[in-house]
Amino acid sequence: MRAFEYAVPANMDQAIRLLGNSWEDAAPLAGGTDLLSLMKDDVVAPRRLVNIKEIGALRGLSIDAKQGLRIGALVTVQELADNPKVAHAYPVITKTANEIAGPQIRNMATIGGNLCQRPRCWYYRSGHGLLARDLKGQSLVPGGDNRYHAILGNDGPAFFVSPSTLAPLFIALGATVRLVGPNGKREVLLEKFYLIPKSETEREHDLKPNEIVTEVIIPLLNGAKAATYEVRHKEAMEWPLALASVVLKMKGQTVSSARVLLGHVAPVPWRSAEAESALVGNPISEAVAEAAGKAAVANAKSLGRNGYKIQIARVAVKRAIMAAS
Amino acid sequence: MAEYKWPDAEKRSLIGKRISRIDGPVKVSGRAKYSYDLKRPGVLYGKMLRCPYAHAKIVSIDISAAEKMPGVKAVRIIQDVGKEIKWAGDDVVGVAAIDESTAEDAVRAIKVQYEVLPHLVLDNDPKSAGENAKPVAATTLGDPAAAFAAADVVSSEGLYGNRVITHCCLESHGMTAEWTDANSLLVHPSTQNVSGTAAQMATPLEIPATNIKVHQDHIGGGFGSKFGPDSWGIESARLSKQAGGKPVKLFLERAAELMVAGARPSSYARVKVGAKKDGTLVAWESESWGTGGPGGGGSPPLPYIFNIPNQHKQHTAIANNIGPARAWRAPNHPQACLITMSALEDMAAQLNMSPLDFFLKNIDLTGPRAHIYRDELQIASDLIGWDKNWHPRGDKTAGPIKRGLGLSIHTWGGGGHPSDCDITIQPDGSVELKMGTQDLGVGTRTALAIVVADTLGLPLEAVKISIGDNSYPASGPSGGSTTIGGISASARRGAVDARDLIFAKAAPSLNAKPEELEAWGGVIHVKTDPNRSLTWAQACAKLGGMPITVRGKNPGPEKLNDQGVGGVQMADVSVDVETGVVKINKIVAVQDCGLIIDLKTAESQVYGALIMGVTYALYEEKVMDQQTGTMLNPNMEFYKLAGLGDIGELVVHMMTGKGYDERGPIGLGEPPTVSPGAVISNAVANAIGVRVGTLPLTPDQVLAALEKKGGSNASI
Ligand SMILES: Cc1cc2nc3c(=O)[nH]c(=O)nc-3n(C[C@H](O)[C@H](O)[C@H](O)COP(=O)(O)OP(=O)(O)OC[C@H]3O[C@@H](n4cnc5c(N)ncnc54)[C@H](O)[C@@H]3O)c2cc1C
Repeated sequence: MRAFEYAVPANMDQAIRLLGNSWEDAAPLAGGTDLLSLMKDDVVAPRRLVNIKEIGALRGLSIDAKQGLRIGALVTVQELADNPKVAHAYPVITKTANEIAGPQIRNMATIGGNLCQRPRCWYYRSGHGLLARDLKGQSLVPGGDNRYHAILGNDGPAFFVSPSTLAPLFIALGATVRLVGPNGKREVLLEKFYLIPKSETEREHDLKPNEIVTEVIIPLLNGAKAATYEVRHKEAMEWPLALASVVLKMKGQTVSSARVLLGHVAPVPWRSAEAESALVGNPISEAVAEAAGKAAVANAKSLGRNGYKIQIARVAVKRAIMAAS
Repeated sequence: MAEYKWPDAEKRSLIGKRISRIDGPVKVSGRAKYSYDLKRPGVLYGKMLRCPYAHAKIVSIDISAAEKMPGVKAVRIIQDVGKEIKWAGDDVVGVAAIDESTAEDAVRAIKVQYEVLPHLVLDNDPKSAGENAKPVAATTLGDPAAAFAAADVVSSEGLYGNRVITHCCLESHGMTAEWTDANSLLVHPSTQNVSGTAAQMATPLEIPATNIKVHQDHIGGGFGSKFGPDSWGIESARLSKQAGGKPVKLFLERAAELMVAGARPSSYARVKVGAKKDGTLVAWESESWGTGGPGGGGSPPLPYIFNIPNQHKQHTAIANNIGPARAWRAPNHPQACLITMSALEDMAAQLNMSPLDFFLKNIDLTGPRAHIYRDELQIASDLIGWDKNWHPRGDKTAGPIKRGLGLSIHTWGGGGHPSDCDITIQPDGSVELKMGTQDLGVGTRTALAIVVADTLGLPLEAVKISIGDNSYPASGPSGGSTTIGGISASARRGAVDARDLIFAKAAPSLNAKPEELEAWGGVIHVKTDPNRSLTWAQACAKLGGMPITVRGKNPGPEKLNDQGVGGVQMADVSVDVETGVVKINKIVAVQDCGLIIDLKTAESQVYGALIMGVTYALYEEKVMDQQTGTMLNPNMEFYKLAGLGDIGELVVHMMTGKGYDERGPIGLGEPPTVSPGAVISNAVANAIGVRVGTLPLTPDQVLAALEKKGGSNASI
C-alpha cells in the first residue's frame, strides 16, 4: 500500500471539498472492504482517503407509505438484512442481502460501497487496468482465462462483470440513487447509474470523482412478486456465478409487467427485455419461466471458458421467476 | 531390564482416551504467539522485489534509489545480472526497512530490466509442451496386451486428472532473523523442522550450526511445504546482518504465499482398465503426465494399491514455469488415488456391478492389508447406509438434484522418525519433557504429555512439555506422518527409565524391589499390596537435593511403533445438474493408525483431512495465465477454500483394539487426505451418470461432462 493522506470530514460540505477532480486525488472510504484491498494490491492509489463514516446525514433507513424505502449510503449490508421493517415490506431484500459474502463482510460493507464497488476481474485486480489490456493494448480476457467474465454485453472493450448483488435487485425494484457533488444534489435512476466503459479513463458508474452517493430510494412493492436467485459454487464468502432478480406485477393470474435483471453476467446489471416480454401477458408456470430463461440468454455468447455461465444464467432466471410466483 | 512396551488397555490411564489438547485454550483465546505474530525489539520489516515474468533473464539492476531512502536499513541483490529466472514471483532483491510501507516503497524504487524469455505455465497437454515434456521410461508387468484381448475381458477407458493446487498455509512462510553477536544468529521461523533448520542455514551463512538458535512456539500450517528456511529465510538473516544485526521479519504476503511457497504437482492420465465379466481385475494401461514446476516432477504410483497382474504405464513429466512443487500432504497419493479409484469405479459401472462388490471381489490385490480394508469397507458401508442409498449409475429420480454415493481406499506408511527427548524429574515431583519437535496443530504437545503422565501415573497437568527449540534434544521434521510414532516412542522410553529411577529410590522405604512397584493415580505402590505406597511427591523427595534427567530415544529397545495403514472413505453427494454445483451431504472415514494416543486429536486429524479434501475436490486450483505467465488467483477470494457450509456431515471411525493397538502408534496426518477427491468424484459420477474426470469438480466441469457424456469424449 502506498502512503496516503487521511481525512475525516464531519459533514457533507467538508467531504465534498476534500474530494478531488480526479480519481487519483481522493476516494471516499466507507466500509473499506473493497477499497482497502484495491489499495493493498496497488490497483488504485488515491492520495487522500476521505472517511465518510462520521457524516450523520448518510445514515438511517426509513420506510414511507408514499416514497417507499430510503437507505442511507452508510447503512451496512447486515443492518439492511436485519431490519424487521424491510423484512416485512421487502422480504426479497432481506434474503438477497443475507446471502452476500459472509458476516464479517456484511458487518462492514455499506450500501453505498456495495453499489460503487469495483469489478473483480482478475486481470484488473492484478494490475492490467479495468479493461485488462496488455502492453500492446489488447484485452487479455478473450484469449485468457475468462471463466468468470461476461456473457452478455461482452463485445468489448469491457469484459468484466458488475459485482454488486444488490444492484440488480434494486434496479428491478425501480430504485433511484441520490448523489451530492460540488454543484449540489442530483438523482439518477439506478439503472442509468451503471455504464459500460469504452476506454480506460471511463468508469463503470456514473459517479464523478468529487461526488458521494447519499442514499437509495426504492418504491414500494405494492403487491408485486419479487425474488432473487443466485448460483454460487461455495455457500459463503463467495461471488455468484450468475444471479437473477425479478419483480412481477400481476393482473389476476397473468403478469402485467415484469422486470428481469441479471447479475454477474455483464459489465453492468443486465436488464433483459427479452425475458420480460416472454413473461408479460402470461400466467407464471414452469414453461413460461423456462421460456423467459431461454430468452434472457438468447443473445449471450461465450468468450471461450465461460459458456457454462449461459446455462447457469438461464437457470437463475427460471428459478427466480418460480421463486417469485 | 526396563520394559518399554505400551501398557495393556486396562493399565492405560490416559492413552487412547478422548483428551482435549493442552494448548487449546491459548489458541482459541488468541494468546498463542505464532512466529508471524512476534514483534522482536527493534524489528525491521523485510520485503522482496519479485520477478514479474515467468521466464526471464536479468539485464540490469539499480538499487541506488532504494538504498538512499530514509528508513531503509538494508538492500541486497539476491539474483544478479545474467541470472535466469524460471517462475514469476522469484526473489530478485531483498529490502529491510523500519516499517512495511517504507520497505514496499523501497522495493518500488528498485529498477530491474529483464530480457523476457518464452514461458510455459500450462500442463494440460504434453504434446504441445515440446521439449518441456520429458517422457519417463515405460514399465510393463505381465502381458497387458494379451490380457485386454482375452475373450471374457471387458475394458473401460477414461481421462482423469488433478490440477496444480497450493499449500495455502494460513500462517505464511517466513521468519524473523537477528544476529545476537557477529557470529550468532537467533531465528523465529514458521517451520515443520525445528531441529533441522540450523544445519540448513549454516552453510549459506558460513557460521557453525551450533551458533544458530531456532525457536517456534506455534505454527499455522505447513502441509509439507515448510521443511527448510527457504531462500527468503536465508535472506532475512543476510538483511539482518547488513542492518547491523537488528531483527528482520520477512514473511510472505498472501499473494507470494500462493505464488511461490509451494504447489502440489498436477497429474493427469488416460487409463484403460480390463476386468473379466465376473469382476476380476486383470489389466491396467495408463498414459500419465503432470507438472511439478521447473523440475518436471515424479510420476504418481499407478495403479494405486491394487496390484493388477498385467500393466503398461508411461509417464511424461512436464517442466514448466509455475514455481517449484513441494511435498503436499501424502505426496503423489491423492493424485494416484483419484486416477485409480475413478478408473475402477468406471470399470464397475461398465460391468453393472456395485463398486463395493467390485472392490471386495478384488480386495486380495491390495496385499497385506486386505483384511483391514474388508473390515473397514463393512463399517463404512454401514455408516453411510450403502445398501439403502446406493443405486446404479445415474440417479433416476425427477428434478435437477441428483444424489450419489462413492467409495475409495488408501494407504500410507507413517513410521516414526528419529526423536530424542530429555525428561527431568525434580525432587519436588515436578516433571518436564524437552524435545526439539514442533506441534503442527495436530496435538503433539498433548500426545507427549499423555505418554509421560500415563507412564508416571500422574495427571496430565503434572507434566510440563517444552518443545519448539533446537537447544532441546533433536527430533525429526514433521513430514510423512512420522511425528506421532517417533515422539511417542521416545517419550515412552524416557518416561519408563525416569519412572524406574524413582522406583529404585522409593523401593527401600516400601520394603520392595523396584520391579514390584507400580505408578498409578499419583502414587507409587507395591503391585501386590497397594497399601504399601508413597505419594509421587514423597517418592521424588528421595532424590535428595538434585533432579534427575534421562534421555528417551527413538529408535530404541523394543518395537514401540509401526508403519503402514489402510483407510476407507465413502461420500454421499448431491449435484444440481442444471447448475453443476456439487454439495457434500456426508463423508464417512474409517481409518486405522495403530495404537491411538489421544482419540480426540486423532479424530480431529481425520476431520481436518476431510475438510482439506473437500476443498481440493471441489474448489482449489492454481489458475495460471499463459499470456502473462502469472497466477490469476493469488488471493483468498478466488483461490477458494471450503467453509463450514460446504463440508457436509463428517463421520469418523477409528479402528482400535486388538490387531491395531499392539502395533504401537502410526502416523495419521496424511492417509485420510488421500481419498476425499476420489470418493467425491465417484459419488458425483454415481449421481449424474457421467464421470467428471478432473478435480476440482467445478460447475463448468460438471456441466461440460454432462454435455459431452464423459467417457472418451472427456477433455481437460
Ligand atoms: C469474498 C467476498 C465475497 C463477496 N461477495 C459479494 C456478493 O456476493 N455480492 C456483493 O454484492 N458483494 C460481495 N462482496 C463485496 C462486498 O459486498 C463489498 O466489498 C462491499 O459491499 C463494499 O462496501 P464498503 O462499504 O466496504 O465499500 P468501500 O470498500 O469503502 O468502497 C468501495 C468503493 O466505493 C466507493 N464508495 C464507497 N462509498 C461511497 C459513497 N457513499 N459514495 C461514493 N463512492 C463510495 C469507494 O471509494 C470505493 O471505490 C464480496 C466481498 C468479498 C471479499
